[in-house]
Amino acid sequence: MSEYLLYPGCSMESSAKAYYDSLMKVAEPLGLHLKEIEDWNCCGATEYLGISLTPAYALISRNLALAARQANGTRTVVAPCSACYLNLAKADYYMREQPRLGHMVNEALAAGDLAYEPGSLDVRHLLDVIVYDIGLDIVKEKVVRPLTGLRVAPYLGCMVPRPDFEHRWSDHEHPVELDQLLKALGAEVIDFPLKTHCCGGHMTQIGPDTAFELIRRLVSSADTYHADLMATLCPMCQLNVDAYQGEMNRHFGTSYHMPVVFFTQLIGLALGLEAKELGFGSEMVSARKALAKIGLEAPEPVAAAPAKAHKAEGLPMPPPLTRRARKGSREGEVKS
Amino acid sequence: MTGGNGRKPEQQERIGVYVCHCGSNIAGVVDVQQVAEWAASRLKHRGVVVARDYKFMCSSLGQELVERDIKELGLTRVVVAACSPHLHEKTFRTACARAGLNPFLMEMVSIREQVSWVHTDKEIATLKAQAVVSGGVERVLHHVALEPLRVPIHPATLVVGGGIAGIQAALEIADAGFHVYLVEREPSIGGHMAQFDKTFPTLDCAACILTPRMVQAWGHPNITLLTWSEVEKVEGYVGSFNVTIRRRARKIKEELCTGCGICQEKCPKKVVDTIYEAGLGYRKAVYTPFAQAVPKFPVMDVENCIYFQKGTCKACEKFCPTNAIDFKQDDVVMQVEVGNIILATGYEIFDARKVSNYGYGRLANVFTSLEMERLTNAAGPTNGRIVLRDGKTVPESVGVIHCVGSRDRNFNNYCSVICCMQSLKFAHLVHERTGARVYNFYIDMRTPFKDYDEFYQRVMEEGTLFVRGKVAEVTDAARLPGEEGKLIIQVEDTLAGKQRRIPVDMVILSVGLEPRPDANEVAKRFGISCSVNGWFIEKHPKLDPVATMTEGIYIAGCAQGPKDIPATVSQGAAAAARVLGKIQQKEMALEPVRASVVEEQCSGCRICNGLCPFNAITFHEDRMVSEINPALCQGCGTCVAACPAGAIVGTVFSNEQVLAQIDGLMLLNLEESLGTPS
Amino acid sequence: MLDVNLERVRAGLRTEEDLSLLHEVSASTAGVSRLEMCIQCGTCGGSCPSAADMDHTPRMLFAMLRAGMREFVLRSNTPWICVSCYHCVVRCPQNVHIADVMYSLKGMAIKAKLYQDSTAPDFSRTFVDMVEDYGRSYEFGLATRHYLKHFPLRLPGMTSMAFGMLTKERMTITPKRIKNIRQLKAILKRAKEVETSNEAGGAR
Repeated sequence: MSEYLLYPGCSMESSAKAYYDSLMKVAEPLGLHLKEIEDWNCCGATEYLGISLTPAYALISRNLALAARQANGTRTVVAPCSACYLNLAKADYYMREQPRLGHMVNEALAAGDLAYEPGSLDVRHLLDVIVYDIGLDIVKEKVVRPLTGLRVAPYLGCMVPRPDFEHRWSDHEHPVELDQLLKALGAEVIDFPLKTHCCGGHMTQIGPDTAFELIRRLVSSADTYHADLMATLCPMCQLNVDAYQGEMNRHFGTSYHMPVVFFTQLIGLALGLEAKELGFGSEMVSARKALAKIGLEAPEPVAAAPAKAHKAEGLPMPPPLTRRARKGSREGEVKS
Repeated sequence: MTGGNGRKPEQQERIGVYVCHCGSNIAGVVDVQQVAEWAASRLKHRGVVVARDYKFMCSSLGQELVERDIKELGLTRVVVAACSPHLHEKTFRTACARAGLNPFLMEMVSIREQVSWVHTDKEIATLKAQAVVSGGVERVLHHVALEPLRVPIHPATLVVGGGIAGIQAALEIADAGFHVYLVEREPSIGGHMAQFDKTFPTLDCAACILTPRMVQAWGHPNITLLTWSEVEKVEGYVGSFNVTIRRRARKIKEELCTGCGICQEKCPKKVVDTIYEAGLGYRKAVYTPFAQAVPKFPVMDVENCIYFQKGTCKACEKFCPTNAIDFKQDDVVMQVEVGNIILATGYEIFDARKVSNYGYGRLANVFTSLEMERLTNAAGPTNGRIVLRDGKTVPESVGVIHCVGSRDRNFNNYCSVICCMQSLKFAHLVHERTGARVYNFYIDMRTPFKDYDEFYQRVMEEGTLFVRGKVAEVTDAARLPGEEGKLIIQVEDTLAGKQRRIPVDMVILSVGLEPRPDANEVAKRFGISCSVNGWFIEKHPKLDPVATMTEGIYIAGCAQGPKDIPATVSQGAAAAARVLGKIQQKEMALEPVRASVVEEQCSGCRICNGLCPFNAITFHEDRMVSEINPALCQGCGTCVAACPAGAIVGTVFSNEQVLAQIDGLMLLNLEESLGTPS
Repeated sequence: MLDVNLERVRAGLRTEEDLSLLHEVSASTAGVSRLEMCIQCGTCGGSCPSAADMDHTPRMLFAMLRAGMREFVLRSNTPWICVSCYHCVVRCPQNVHIADVMYSLKGMAIKAKLYQDSTAPDFSRTFVDMVEDYGRSYEFGLATRHYLKHFPLRLPGMTSMAFGMLTKERMTITPKRIKNIRQLKAILKRAKEVETSNEAGGAR
């Protein structure tokens, strides 16, 4: 069993409850042992960073300090939420890159009898751990109900593949990890061009017009490719594209119906678990129709995807680049 | 007084000390007159007969001071205290030689870089300068007269790389009457230039200006053309390199082949040609890369040949009218002796698949510059028609993106020099052949050389639309009407200050230049080095760009760094001139700064063998001792320091010399009776 | 200067504009900002998904920043429209920490009270107040306070969504609190003190 310290983040307990529930259900079958950090606090999302430097990073680092204290053998903190993941990873990275920041933060932490040594923990996202630590071979083995015929648009959002200081992902713009995982579950994965484009984040609260436009782009693209649903790994993305889809439709006069679920929910379905216990039904844009597809013996024929340029005739295309994502794959150059 | 090693003070030497002002560079901080006077009086007992100070020792008058003193005062040793030896050691050595004193009896000490340029306290600086001069005096007492090693220069030359740089160099040397071995890895010479269509700024056809030279190289009595060949090993040193060349088996008997091309025609196996056609066209398993290939003999690609893979076919053999196919042909390994080597191995283009936001490899109608060259080439896969990836549709709008993979810390930090001009050339060709609307996306416009900026003006006049902005993304995800089915270029038009989305049919990426992937191995094979970015390192970036730190090895063309064709040709000619100069002299004097093994003290541990960066040390099994080849040794001193028995000595930096210099620096050589050193 | 009414003289941007602005921004940015390395290529402005709504593209903002145009920069809505998607950061050929500079500018704008539209700063403030009180974010409280103040007209349209979120247990009416909230408060209090002295040093 692989052991990790879990930082759930505030959303997992409320708006992204389905993420939490499905994660808890699939952790054991996958061999993922998660220990929640004791008394963790909110990471500050993108709000605190805009107020003041040291308090923002001190808020984040309290969690790192608590995790380090609790560590006991493992040195990896897993964060399923993208913003939390980025905040924790950034805090650790910047404190290493700029020792002055590390000193200031530790000075603040000392007021609470805590300390954190930058670099003593690895911060990783849940998808990274499943694909690279557990491995897709294990995942494939455990699949009992392959999601055959389900057309999924993999949606990673922006904060996981970027800025990726530790080079954990295969690419910043079109990473293959989520695609490969969904393929391992048996789903039909569309080549979603906006897979790492922003959902608007907190703009739904601050500048709704901007946010609705960003949401519209995502939903419209997934729709053009005839996706049955979008699979995401970020609570904010799920909330925006799901809960605000209605308002977005009204704003533009459109009538999209694009369900958005968490990738752990799909893992759960493929492992044979029941939809209800995986949090299905809690989404605002119902995924019922999409789910119906997986229950069928012979899935109904899917409408043809938009024609892309034929690669068979005409001039040859270059072969795909074999991408390897591992720490230091850029030959040691730290992208500052 | 004696220090370690039991050496005796030499009373017979007559030493001249010269302290330079270097204008105010030294004199502004060090009291140079004082230093000279101090040397004359306090070091008299060590042999100093004259000590002068002068404004600019390196001037002719300064040098004459030294020469006159040598002749008139019978000096046997000279110490010059001035700038760093890197600058003028040779000057003063030559001056001594002119006056009849062995040049290696002169020692130069730096009181500029090591004293006046690093201290501000004048008193302390003057004291330090005195100590430095004292060190120099002690050291020079242990110098010995040395003669340079003279090695003969073999008149033949090896040129590695048959691109325009290599061809230029080879032709110049051959025309001068000396023999050249021109080795090329591909089946034909010509290099990248043979792939291009038109070349900037004149827009003349690349093949038209290149092929005459290629033919000349083929027919030249003084050139041995070895294509489909590679250099495997290089041994020896300047003037007598022993090179092992592997001539790979073409599976074609050259003496029988007429170059008719029937084998190519009949071969049933088609393969994507990733080298010459840049992946955009096909060739057969037995092929010549292009119609004007030199030599005309095809080669067989055994990995794709049906006979070699499965044992059947043999169509080429069946149809060859002169029975020139020979499946059993083996590689031939040959050895040649040459005096000098020129490396002109060229470049590779940046892999645009790495820039995933530009979509190369994912979006069909995104092309690299090399693919575009093939498209525009009249002998290319589309016979010069500029069309989309489907091979049929003519684009109505084209976007050309500059700086792909260059000037970018995410990829290559440097500017690739030719891409702006190349992008302008593409804009011109697209206008000429298709009448499409053309956009060029740039950060800066780099058009510095002769007729380059005029070319830019011309392209502007033709109606190309210029957008100053580094393209953020090329995507097929339509957002607005009019974008469906197109490639959308998203960029900030920095001059207008707004983000723009520009739909086009075709995108051309002007990718940067990179060193060959095996540049490091090749460098090692020849005994030179590569820079951090992978280009071969020149001796001096401004003053000596075609020589390397290894005598006898020269570099030319893009192997040294990205450059355009005029600069490449210039470097090829420059390297040739250097080689011809060496050949004319028939022999070369090597600096006698080198190490040698004292055999009696060598224990045969061989620690030094692996440390030598120039592979100059050989081990004699019979006598169990190591020996240093004086011609290969560059006098770096690594082995001297490493030898645990102290059995290796270096001329010009022997233990005695160094220890004496230290004693002098610490002023241990002053008369005891005068008390503490002043 | 000659006897002239300076207010009537038409001159361009004066060089005595606040050149310390660049240094100040760098000092309050996490990591090394590398702002001085910007070559104004425009990749950031081209990548930004919300650039259409910004007063100035990120690139233009940096040009103004380096010219020392303090008021323009801090009044610009650009940092507030930034969605932190990090496209600009990974594509920037000079590795400028663009998104993190945006965070610094937000903080500076708040301190200087120079932001135009108070929606975004208010939202952040409310969020931060909640976190400082409870140690966890409290969406229900945050949403109600925020919408009442800034988007009252959206409230009716949002009732169905709010109702859905509540019944699907995706939102709680009462806030959650961490156990050791005192520890957190102590840490944040000291952090603010440290930050104040950092800024005082950075402004030099």
